[in-house]
Amino acid sequence: MMNIVWLIPLFPLLGFLIAGLNVRRISVVISGWVASAMILLSFILSLLVFLKLAGGAPSETIRLFDWIKSGDLNIPFEFLIDPLSSIMMLIITGVGLLIHIYSIGYMHGDEGFNKFFAYMNLFIFFMLLLVMGGSYMVMFIGWEGVGLCSYLLIGFWNRNHENNNAAKKAFIMNRIGDLGFLLGMFLIFTTFGSLSYSIVFAKASVLSPGTIVITIITLLLFAGATGKSAQIPLLTWLPDAMAGPTPVSALIHAATMVTAGIYMVARSNILYALSPVSMSVVTTVGLTTALLAAVIALFQNDIKKVLAYSTISQLGLMFLGLGVGAFAGAMFHLLTHAFFKALLFLAAGVIIHALDGEQDIRKMGGLQKKLPWTYFIFLTGALTISGIPPFAGFFSKDEILAAAFSKSPVLWISGIIVSIMTSFYIFRLFWLTFKGSFRGTSINSNDIHEGPRLMIIPVLILAIFSALGAVPLVLNGIENNSLAEFLNPVFKTTAGILQKGSALSTGTNSALMIITFIFMVLSIYISYVVFFKREKVPAGDASQRMGFIKAAYNKFYIDEIYETLIVKPVSGLSGFLQNKIDFKIFDRIVESIGRLVMSAGSKIRLLQTGNVGFYLFAIVICIIMVLVFNLFK
Amino acid sequence: MLTKYLFYFFSILAIFASVMVLMSKKPIHSVLYLTLAFLAIAGHFILLNAQFIAIVNVIVYAGAIMVLFLFTVMLLNLNIAIEHQKSNLIKITAVIAAGLLFVTITGATKKLDIVYNHNQVVTQIGMVKNLGKILFSDFRLPFEVSGILFLSAMVGTVMLGKKTGD
Amino acid sequence: MEQTINIIPIQYYMLLCTLLFVIGVAGVLIKRNALVIFMSIEIMLNSVNLLLVAFSVYHNDPAGQIFVFFVMIVAAAEVAVGLALVVMVYRHTHSIDIDFLNKLKW
Repeated sequence: MMNIVWLIPLFPLLGFLIAGLNVRRISVVISGWVASAMILLSFILSLLVFLKLAGGAPSETIRLFDWIKSGDLNIPFEFLIDPLSSIMMLIITGVGLLIHIYSIGYMHGDEGFNKFFAYMNLFIFFMLLLVMGGSYMVMFIGWEGVGLCSYLLIGFWNRNHENNNAAKKAFIMNRIGDLGFLLGMFLIFTTFGSLSYSIVFAKASVLSPGTIVITIITLLLFAGATGKSAQIPLLTWLPDAMAGPTPVSALIHAATMVTAGIYMVARSNILYALSPVSMSVVTTVGLTTALLAAVIALFQNDIKKVLAYSTISQLGLMFLGLGVGAFAGAMFHLLTHAFFKALLFLAAGVIIHALDGEQDIRKMGGLQKKLPWTYFIFLTGALTISGIPPFAGFFSKDEILAAAFSKSPVLWISGIIVSIMTSFYIFRLFWLTFKGSFRGTSINSNDIHEGPRLMIIPVLILAIFSALGAVPLVLNGIENNSLAEFLNPVFKTTAGILQKGSALSTGTNSALMIITFIFMVLSIYISYVVFFKREKVPAGDASQRMGFIKAAYNKFYIDEIYETLIVKPVSGLSGFLQNKIDFKIFDRIVESIGRLVMSAGSKIRLLQTGNVGFYLFAIVICIIMVLVFNLFK
Repeated sequence: MLTKYLFYFFSILAIFASVMVLMSKKPIHSVLYLTLAFLAIAGHFILLNAQFIAIVNVIVYAGAIMVLFLFTVMLLNLNIAIEHQKSNLIKITAVIAAGLLFVTITGATKKLDIVYNHNQVVTQIGMVKNLGKILFSDFRLPFEVSGILFLSAMVGTVMLGKKTGD
Repeated sequence: MEQTINIIPIQYYMLLCTLLFVIGVAGVLIKRNALVIFMSIEIMLNSVNLLLVAFSVYHNDPAGQIFVFFVMIVAAAEVAVGLALVVMVYRHTHSIDIDFLNKLKW
């Protein structure tokens, strides 16, 4: 079994080649199903691997071939199959499969249909490389590859210039983070002499906590994670990335790629555990991002933007979990988030599809009757993200919050605030979309139809998973759920290093849960009152806003601040360098050298008369000179 | 004493013929004087007892190469003295340069200190038999390579002489 | 008949050959007819051949004469190709005056 795991990433690559090389030849129907079938094959294999590991098989490093070999440097191309990567593989292929099938319906009739599936398969391939890689190097290939696919898919509708700009923004911001990741990799190599997880972690586990070089490494790696997972300060690309097709937003910018940062930190758990400084940085950044993004999400009116900020906020929550040492909890939330956020995005996709591209929630409303299935699905997603038991989000969120509480109650309170805001904005979305009366103007309300079955069924499956998927996992108790048990081999060493304080007593934990639950219900009730009972509709873009609300509506001016602080000075500097330094100094030097040669040449070339007789003469004179020189030497 | 006179005779003949090559107005006369010069040099070879080289010189130079020259002259119909002379200034400079070269080479060879035994035994190395033996034993490879050289020269000539598409 | 090597010093040959060589050089410089320039080159080659044979005989070393043989081979090949070139030049310019051959520049 283990010796054929390389087939798992190979199938999507094959799909990419089939669809990508035959973009104009292959029929539209085939390419979508072929792409989906490839993911299905990968999914089946991933499931087999997972079952094998769940059955007690040990983790395994599979060395495929020596990749880079030069002197002491030896980087093999290897896969690491352990519980962590297995879970990620399941998420990627599972959610990926459903979204692929959904896309067949969603992208129907698009002229770039085949291209779309080629890119999607390529993305799955790179994402699998990222999580299956047995060394930072292989992870880095995947890391860059998913960045590329993200770029390609954000700018998928490249006729629109805005989309291209969004794609470029995402790419450049990721690049900044990638630089940190790359530097971190270099430092790992100089410190441990290898990039393979097995060697690095084995060598790291004997170091004493607080080693400065580990702190630098982990901070650099975290810089990469902030880029990929859209954390402060590199968060602004993700809302813009919503320019891509909705399945892309669901798969790449909610379920899988943006969680690569979480995965990376969880994978390097030993390194992070050794550096308390980095842990607190991760905590702070995660929490701040979660709060900030949640506040912004409260005031957005674009359905996909709200979900995008929600994603950022939830990712912040996961980083909070990682920062307080709840690695398994963060992975749990990653898993449930992959389901419910993909679900929400796909449901939003159905709505947008039905409304012919309308994304503004102020122009929706009363869609419950028109889209009954979507209504039900979206409600499931909203309840899950709000953390209402027994929906999956409840358990995973609770695990993070409990870990935060055992670290510091302040963290817990902040986490609760984030959760309150989360349930508020998601239900605001819900009420505004499905209840009340239809406010749209561009489309007749009678023309609104439920999406095709091809789109509804995958979403329904996701809904079932996000609603009930977590229940079997937590039968043994929330703190010691099956997932944590399963992941235990990966985080065992770390737990030893962190020496986590005594776990919360069952009583405290239950009390916390109940408090959380009460707050959630309260928050949903408030949104119910505001947006359902009073049918309050957010004001138009031009209307006056005051102070804080205005700031939050305008996304706290983060883009504008970056524009002023970074983009303008940099472009000013480049302008200066171009006009003053380059044109005036370097170009002149280079050109004057050229001119010197030209003018010298135009004089010297007169010697070359082209007259053969003259040349003969010159030859004789030169021979004489050589002889004379030899004579009097 | 006959040898001495013969040496002077051939020397003067060679120099005279060479000068006449340059002085003749018509190319065909130049060719004929050149043949004369070659024959004079072949006479020198015989005086030096280098019979093989003498025969080859007559065959290759006075025979084959001269035929080539004559053929070209006739082919291009150059028999009329159409040649424009170079200006006198250039002629004088050329003669001065040539004279300079002569002085330099003579000066250079004068410095050499060559002593020969004037009563040495007359050698037979110039005989066809001796040279043939050496040529086919010690100099096999250059001999074969020169065959290839001829082949390539022939190919080149044919290529050049072929009428191009114009 | 007396042998040359016993009565004629090698210096005489050197002088004779230098003179022939210089005549060839002067021909190359003076003449404008490509054909005659070719002949001048042949004279130069022959003067060198003569000197080589003279040294070979005076040194009692056959290698010099072998070398002359190869020089002749090369000269024959050279003349063949060279005259072909002259014919080509004539075909293009209808002249073999080298003063018209002034394209070889810049």
